[in-house]
Amino acid sequence: MAFVSTDNYIVSDELALAVNAAVTLEKPLLIKGEPGTGKTRLAEELAQSLNTELIQWHIKSTTKAQHGLYEYDAVSRLRDSQLGSDKVHDINNYIRPGKLWQAFTANKRPVLLIDEIDKADIEFPNDLLHELDRMAFYVHETGEQVSATERPIVIITSNNEKELPDAFLRRCFFHYIRFPDADTLRAIVDVHFPQIQPQLLSTALEVFFELRELPGLKKKPSTSELLDWLKLLLAEDIPAEVLTDKQQKGGLMPMFGALLKNEQDVALVEKLAFLAKRQGR
Amino acid sequence: MLIDFFFTLRKYGLKTSITELLDLLNALKQQVIFADTEAFYQLSRLCLVKDETQYDKFDRAFADYFEGVAEIDIAASIPPEWLIPEVLRKLSDDDKAKLQALGGLDKLLETLRERLKEQQKKHSGGNKWIGTGGTSPFGAYGYNPEGVRIGQQGSGARRAVKVWDKREFKDLDTDSELNNRSIKLALKQLRKFARSGAETELDLHGTIQATSEQAGWLDLRFMRERHNAIKLLVFFDIGGSMDDHIEQCQKLFAAVKSEFKHLEFFYFHNCVYEGVWRDNKRRYTEQLKTDDIIHTYGSDYKLIFVGDATMGPYEIEYPGGSVEHFNELPGKVWLQRLLAQYPKAVWLNPQPKQWWQHYYSIGLIEQIMQKRMYPLTLDGLTAAIKTLL
Repeated sequence: MAFVSTDNYIVSDELALAVNAAVTLEKPLLIKGEPGTGKTRLAEELAQSLNTELIQWHIKSTTKAQHGLYEYDAVSRLRDSQLGSDKVHDINNYIRPGKLWQAFTANKRPVLLIDEIDKADIEFPNDLLHELDRMAFYVHETGEQVSATERPIVIITSNNEKELPDAFLRRCFFHYIRFPDADTLRAIVDVHFPQIQPQLLSTALEVFFELRELPGLKKKPSTSELLDWLKLLLAEDIPAEVLTDKQQKGGLMPMFGALLKNEQDVALVEKLAFLAKRQGR
Repeated sequence: MLIDFFFTLRKYGLKTSITELLDLLNALKQQVIFADTEAFYQLSRLCLVKDETQYDKFDRAFADYFEGVAEIDIAASIPPEWLIPEVLRKLSDDDKAKLQALGGLDKLLETLRERLKEQQKKHSGGNKWIGTGGTSPFGAYGYNPEGVRIGQQGSGARRAVKVWDKREFKDLDTDSELNNRSIKLALKQLRKFARSGAETELDLHGTIQATSEQAGWLDLRFMRERHNAIKLLVFFDIGGSMDDHIEQCQKLFAAVKSEFKHLEFFYFHNCVYEGVWRDNKRRYTEQLKTDDIIHTYGSDYKLIFVGDATMGPYEIEYPGGSVEHFNELPGKVWLQRLLAQYPKAVWLNPQPKQWWQHYYSIGLIEQIMQKRMYPLTLDGLTAAIKTLL
């Protein structure tokens, strides 16, 4: 069962190979890449194409590895003991399975997405080494061993905010999603906006790539920003000629707010357009 | 199997391990790919390389190992039609006149082809791209083949130039001594936990105590979560001689910024005077008074200077010694005022330690800092943190 581009998601050959290798060899796949290149979407699409459940574990700065395994709710047990509930005699009633547990015990081999692992504490990946390797862990409160009946497909994404430890990396496959080239991007846009006029699209892509190549931008616009921008252009019914007309609005493209997310970047683009205008005279 | 390949990779400085090699062999055994060099390249990179900054090294190692495995005649596979328009576009009228004198573009291209063949033989039949230094006939006109961009013509070139020879990840290769993770791990020692914020954690001892005091009537007690209570003031020297160290400083800065909640940072130039600033673009308009900083942040803040301390001694010792403005008080006084308010302070110096003795100003600063100057290396950072705690 090979993973290929779908009706609404375009995968490069490299990425498809990476996913298929990870699925076949039952290894976690670590995906890095610029924000907005579809890292999280990959897991969703993969789950859909395999027709299986997607279990998402979004990592925050306060997330601990233990949260993914299980949590023991001591407070409700104490409360129940006070109220004389019968539930209190069985500790299992107070163990809340985490995302990893859910993934290990799922009926059909699920896709487990560990999203933005770099957001967590620096020790977090190390705490998960054994669990991801053996796909099993031990519940201290009940003495139960939870192990995966079928190893879930694990997709891990990272935005490179923190470097990951070597021992962790060694257990994963690694793929870096490169920014798509113009042709791939056109294919991606086609999938999202089939009715867009070819002329508008090619002008928009030109403006977009020009913008990405500007040195010194704090945040380069990425695929998801391009898609948002096109959506706005279509909604406002802006003709392609307006895009090429650099004179308007101090040289900024229409709806620039969708592409530039930072006032320094806006100022930079404005300044460059101003310089270009002066030179042109 | 693939043992030589594995050692070639290690020779190029990739830290691949045996587990990863076994993974690759396993993938081959499972027939994820079959008899396709390009797919093998992708698969082996997937298994063996775990950081996009290492892709370039991998590409070089791969090319080295597979040189000769698949020999391809580059010269024959360049279609002339995509060379000509590219070249013509790049030549000025003057050049074109000279070109005519040499027998026209066709002749020149012929020479280029021959040169390509020749070069391939010299480099033992490898699939390396044409070298850069002036061997090309284009050199006379100031265009080397790189300038002509022979390899960038899209899919036509793909067959000729192997993917790994394109080395698209060249920019990302950083062979830095201080990597971000190790800085963060070092900074992690700079921790003093205190409980603050909302009460969310169950206080077991408190609960037992309170419950027994109420003769078994449950009384839950919560406490605040533990947070790192370290507060930092960081002063970065910027500009001038610091340009050489900017990358190191940026890494330190990025690591510091993500690890500490109570963090204030300021910039100065060479030595601290009456004003510092937070934004280099607005350094003249939005200066903060050093006095105000001393009055704003309590003495429980810890103070870190990052600077090379390489300057004229008068910049520290005399009024009016600053290179940028007239300072009424010598830099020394301002440093001492800061140190008086923040007793826990260190100076991190990106200059290698063995050079320190050659700069008089470093000695001066070291004296003012009472020997608390450390090199900006991992060991230096660890030692500095010990002094701060």
